[in-house]
Amino acid sequence: MIRKVVPNAQAAVEDIQDGMTLMFGGFGLCGIPENSIAAVRAKGVKDLTCISNNAGVDGFGLGLLLETRQIKKMISSYVGENDEFERQMLSGELEVELIPQGTLAERCRAAGAGIPAFYTPAGFGTEVAEGKEVRHFHGKPHILEHAFDAQFAFVKAWKGDEAGNLVFKGTARNFNPMMAMAGRITVAEVEELVPAGSLDPNHIHVPGIFVHRIYQGAHFEKRIEQRTVRPRV
Amino acid sequence: MALDKNGIAQRIAQELRDGWYVNLGIGIPTLVANYIPEGIDIEFQSENGILGMGPFPWEGDEDADLINAGKQTITALHGASYFDSATSFGMIRAKKVQLTVLGAMEVSETGDIANWKIPGKMVKGMGGAMDLVASAENIIVAMQHTNRAGESKVLPACTLPLTGVGCVKKIVTDLAVLDVDPERGFVLLERAPGVTVEEIIAKTAGRLVVEGEIPEMVLG
Repeated sequence: MIRKVVPNAQAAVEDIQDGMTLMFGGFGLCGIPENSIAAVRAKGVKDLTCISNNAGVDGFGLGLLLETRQIKKMISSYVGENDEFERQMLSGELEVELIPQGTLAERCRAAGAGIPAFYTPAGFGTEVAEGKEVRHFHGKPHILEHAFDAQFAFVKAWKGDEAGNLVFKGTARNFNPMMAMAGRITVAEVEELVPAGSLDPNHIHVPGIFVHRIYQGAHFEKRIEQRTVRPRV
Repeated sequence: MALDKNGIAQRIAQELRDGWYVNLGIGIPTLVANYIPEGIDIEFQSENGILGMGPFPWEGDEDADLINAGKQTITALHGASYFDSATSFGMIRAKKVQLTVLGAMEVSETGDIANWKIPGKMVKGMGGAMDLVASAENIIVAMQHTNRAGESKVLPACTLPLTGVGCVKKIVTDLAVLDVDPERGFVLLERAPGVTVEEIIAKTAGRLVVEGEIPEMVLG
């Protein structure tokens, strides 16, 4: 077995440098690598390009890295709900590239699958397609999109073992598996780190080959963005 | 009288068919789930990675690891499954999802849709809307017939940045049900209870086809 365990978040981010491209898993605040985000913030690296479906909220998630101006460019599909983000975007301090969510997911998947580029119908006829190659398949126009290249990918799983195998829970899976596949170096934080052999190999969502560093997160706040409930009668 | 949001959702629910997988957008579309006709089985897909999405949880049962694409806490029904975002958009692009219902700021008479960006305003992003409209075979738009200024949202051509081209098949507004025929324009199928054909004509800027007697919607 190849062991992937590092002691903590700080050790997992020790070689991150200014100007790198980093991926962060999660959808909204669900399944985000909270501990790695905190460690990147503490390390103080700057001019980062961050690829993440969303940009967190004020004071949580990637909002923490926006607060400290560590992010130069954000690549996302949806960035609402964040006043500091809006301020930096409108003032020109923050560069933002918005891309369709399915294209974002596939650009991650392609990176982890050895596919340099692919055609998708999403965005044809819109500003997303500007400057991109168009090709027709089955009579329908598609645009060429390229795989991402990120030095680090930070993901969060429910359980993981010493070999880096990951299991997710509920909709906290979202972008985490493809980003795990895509990172040149993938750092996984888990709620529960278990010995190799404790997870059923039939139930692994991400095989350990894609994970370079794994640690058990010290603290998970798991904040809920929109608490919607049915009142008990 | 014009329909309220629930009325629009109730009318759209009549389009659901047994055995369909359905993706509901944020806003009025979400309400469609409250009006599934009796005797049919539908599974709701949320693009953040669930099939078999259920209603909001009972107070105290909410789970941070179980949300929909609107980031609301939800539940999973028996037979539900979770998957990653690439698989989710894979099933969307491969047309496994039979119906997509979403909101819009504008729809053109050739079925173009604009619903993600207003120049000069803070842009939040398109989320999954561009992927959904580019691939779904059956797209119903739920929206008000006019904007807050009273201007028609049913236009000859969209004025706002597009989300997709030639994709909308049907529109249900507070005033009418319209088919989108790329050759002929908007075809008036039904009018909201008490709403006249004249009012719909007056509030539709795009080409509108009115053939014969236009029936009133029947809401259960």
